[in-house]
Amino acid sequence: MTELTKLTLASALDGLKTKAFSATEITQAFVDSIEASNDTLNAYVVKTPEKALEMAAASDKRIAAGEAGLLEGAPIGVKDLYCTKGVRTTACSNILGEFTPTYESTVTQQLWDAGAVMLGKLNMDEFAMGSSNETSRFGPPANPWRRNGSNQNLTPGGSSGGSAAAVSADLCLAATASDTGGSIRQPASFTGTVGIKPTYGRASRYGMVAFASSLDQAGPIAKTVEDSAILLEAMCGHDAKDSTSLPEPVPEWRNAVHRGVQGMKIGIPKEYRVDNMPEDIEALWSQGIDWLKEQGAEIVDVSLPHTKYALPAYYIVAPAEASSNLARYDGMRYGTRVSGDNLISTYEGTRSEGFGAEVQRRLMIGTYVLSSGYYDAYYLRAQKVRKKILNDFVEAFGSCDALLTPTCPSAAFAYGEKADPVQMYLNDIFTVTANLAGLPGISVPAALDKQGLPLGLQVIGKALDETTCFRVAGALEEAAGFVAKPEKWW
Amino acid sequence: MTERPTYTLKGETGDWELVMGLEVHAQVASEAKLFSGASTKFGADPNCNVSLVDAAMPGMLPVINRKCVEQAVRTGLGLKAKINKWSRFDRKNYFYPDLPQGYQISQFDHPIVGEGEIEVDVEPAHGDPAYSFPVRIERLHLEQDAGKSIHDMDPTATYVDLNRSGVALMEIVSKPDVRTPLEAAAYVKKLKSIVVALGTCDGDMEKGNLRADVNVSVCKPGAYEKFRETGDFSHLGTRCEIKNMNSFRFIQAAIEYEARRQIEILESGGKVDQETRLFDPNKGETRSMRSKEDAHDYRYFPDPDLLPLEIDDLFIDNIRESLPELPDEKRQRFQDEYGLSRYDAGVLTADSERAEFFEAVAHGRDAKLAANWVSQELFGYLNREDLELADSPVSSVQLGELIDLISNDTISGKIAKDVFARMIDGEGDPVAIVEKHGLKQVTDTGAIEAIVDEIIAANPEQAESVKEKPKAMGWFVGQVMKASGGKANPQAVNQILRQKLGL
Repeated sequence: MTELTKLTLASALDGLKTKAFSATEITQAFVDSIEASNDTLNAYVVKTPEKALEMAAASDKRIAAGEAGLLEGAPIGVKDLYCTKGVRTTACSNILGEFTPTYESTVTQQLWDAGAVMLGKLNMDEFAMGSSNETSRFGPPANPWRRNGSNQNLTPGGSSGGSAAAVSADLCLAATASDTGGSIRQPASFTGTVGIKPTYGRASRYGMVAFASSLDQAGPIAKTVEDSAILLEAMCGHDAKDSTSLPEPVPEWRNAVHRGVQGMKIGIPKEYRVDNMPEDIEALWSQGIDWLKEQGAEIVDVSLPHTKYALPAYYIVAPAEASSNLARYDGMRYGTRVSGDNLISTYEGTRSEGFGAEVQRRLMIGTYVLSSGYYDAYYLRAQKVRKKILNDFVEAFGSCDALLTPTCPSAAFAYGEKADPVQMYLNDIFTVTANLAGLPGISVPAALDKQGLPLGLQVIGKALDETTCFRVAGALEEAAGFVAKPEKWW
Repeated sequence: MTERPTYTLKGETGDWELVMGLEVHAQVASEAKLFSGASTKFGADPNCNVSLVDAAMPGMLPVINRKCVEQAVRTGLGLKAKINKWSRFDRKNYFYPDLPQGYQISQFDHPIVGEGEIEVDVEPAHGDPAYSFPVRIERLHLEQDAGKSIHDMDPTATYVDLNRSGVALMEIVSKPDVRTPLEAAAYVKKLKSIVVALGTCDGDMEKGNLRADVNVSVCKPGAYEKFRETGDFSHLGTRCEIKNMNSFRFIQAAIEYEARRQIEILESGGKVDQETRLFDPNKGETRSMRSKEDAHDYRYFPDPDLLPLEIDDLFIDNIRESLPELPDEKRQRFQDEYGLSRYDAGVLTADSERAEFFEAVAHGRDAKLAANWVSQELFGYLNREDLELADSPVSSVQLGELIDLISNDTISGKIAKDVFARMIDGEGDPVAIVEKHGLKQVTDTGAIEAIVDEIIAANPEQAESVKEKPKAMGWFVGQVMKASGGKANPQAVNQILRQKLGL
């Protein structure tokens, strides 16, 4: 039965539909795998086996009654950022204590409405702030991938490290994740999985613990491009409860995956050729270009001149919004409270103990850049940069349909390897631009580096043109023929 | 209309003048809160009108209530102000237990309503006649109210009630155009009459649904005019903001105290510190709440959870078309239609219920007589007794009937006052009162002639002398009226007397 966990989401849904196996059977297989592996991998921070089996039983009834939904019986993991009714949700922060929502996020509700089964809550960086999952209150998950011949644990990336690790290690068919500066795509790249951040506003943010409202976007991490398309379709759609949600119909992305890239123009932004980029990544990028050419796409050189300002702008805008978004964690109504002699000391105690070092760092940065006298120089300037970056993309898309870049400037690294926060922030260099501009970006595993670690390529599309992202990603996936799986050591 | 008087305060170093701008917070009349579906109903048990959004639970997002936007635009139109088709919500960040989000959603630099102007009517007072003056409105913006901290339920703990958290407020900011304590109160009264007429705020100051912050400064005569010419605030004194006053009386008392306080500081060589102050109605004093140095850095920035608020001409026009008659328009109409003075018309239109009452009384009747009875007699009575119109013991129908009795000579004006007093005492309809107490005016000339004959016969000397001094006929009128118990028709009495006395 364990083989069921190795299925893709697409083939599992086929098997469930044809009754080759039941929802209960596949769910039990995942529950068992999680039970056996999670102590080592630390991907799940909350396991919900009883709930999963209950949901699976309900799915089996609906399948038997011919009332199956689009994801009927598919066991899914949920990033701990999504509020789940009756299931502890803390965004992996101490400040939320044992907080258990009385409500469900729109995205997860849509998954359950489509028949998906919840296996549990997945590890992440505290409040999604981090690129290695080391800021989680529960400790980091392990990347199932290790360097050739090494038994050193590596990070699965962040902030959706638990989602990426779980998908990569077959601890769920697919997982929800979220991406503020690369938190879906970078972990996908580090774990040989596919991750897509859709256009800002495609998926509702209602019930997602907020990090930076203008950048946060839900998306899936999955085993294949097709799987990511299936899950993204179920996650997206207009929601009146989120004012920034787009009133756009959700296309049938699954059908786009195998449509090829014949006649497409793919832009290669020269500014993404950074100093000290590992050779393997340079080579993979060139390889990607060749693959697309071979499949009939035209390659055009484009320029995104403001790229170098993206990371500094991001690290102003995101902390600024976070400093305000996280003000609600004050120990007054829910979560952790450290009582002091008076109100101020209660605030100080609660927030000093409740927030980890990286979150505190960003809250201080954010408070600073919004302060009177600094607002214009930092926040306002960063917003102007943001507009320039968006204009760069609009300009570039005048001559191409999508952009091809590496997802990250490195493969997975070891814990503690990037102790300097700025070194850590540099990991987001290729991914933050899509968040700043609100564009869809997908990471596809395309090769292993010399040390045997997966590397991803990123496709950035026009606003609302996830379809093209899926077509290009599908073509890359097919050409790369990436089927490697980590050797099981856990 | 009378000239606006100059208001000066005498100090030891000479005269001082006052300059004030006001910020009025008016709770939007709406069923639901500004960004959530929770009820705004007053008087619910603590923390019962609180949605997940109002309590700032993780992942909750604000969604603008269309009704509140309509109400803000409606108010803007009522203030003859510019409606901004593009406006934006910002976060005002500060920590307090009754502010669950850690920020208030407000509008900082792009309010929904821009500049406007209203005409404010000042009642006669201190021997000055009534006058009116214009106040320029700087802006109106929408924002969330905070919850309520209750400090007196427990010696060591503070309780928080979030029922108000997220309720929509309109903050209406005036330019520094107000110059006397009475004008400040009159300005708030006028705003209240406008929002109540528009139905955009219930104006209930006791519940705190309409409250005012007043920025007060003092300056030497001439300085204000220089400020108005140049727009340069340095001509004016340092201002203090007196927060959160919910009565006209407090507003005036606070300003009077505050102006004196500032003058004393300045005259003793000191400097007024820019600060926020609170008025203590028990002591009749203002006291410092926080200084400029302690002022929060609110770290305003556009709320990324909300899109800019964009409205179109159709939205505005639909509201414009549904606007009710505003107090100023009504006053003008009362002047034109009923021939009332500006002041009388102003008194009758200050509040739409009173205006409606007057119109019901005046309908088909002598308007000036009706105005007199409604504003002098009835409103005078209600004001003396501190009663609302709704509590009036006399209905508009009854008052109308009383006026009819005067107009058709059933009773005299004097008797009418007696009847009115009985109506207030709850004796019922005027017709019945007149009947019951036999107050009907005697218009039967025969009966009057009999009385006249009797009195002339009893006073032959006076009857003789009145021919020399016709003005003395008033004595005879008085005698006749007295003999008739006040019921004789005065015109008939006059006419018959003149005839019988050969005048």
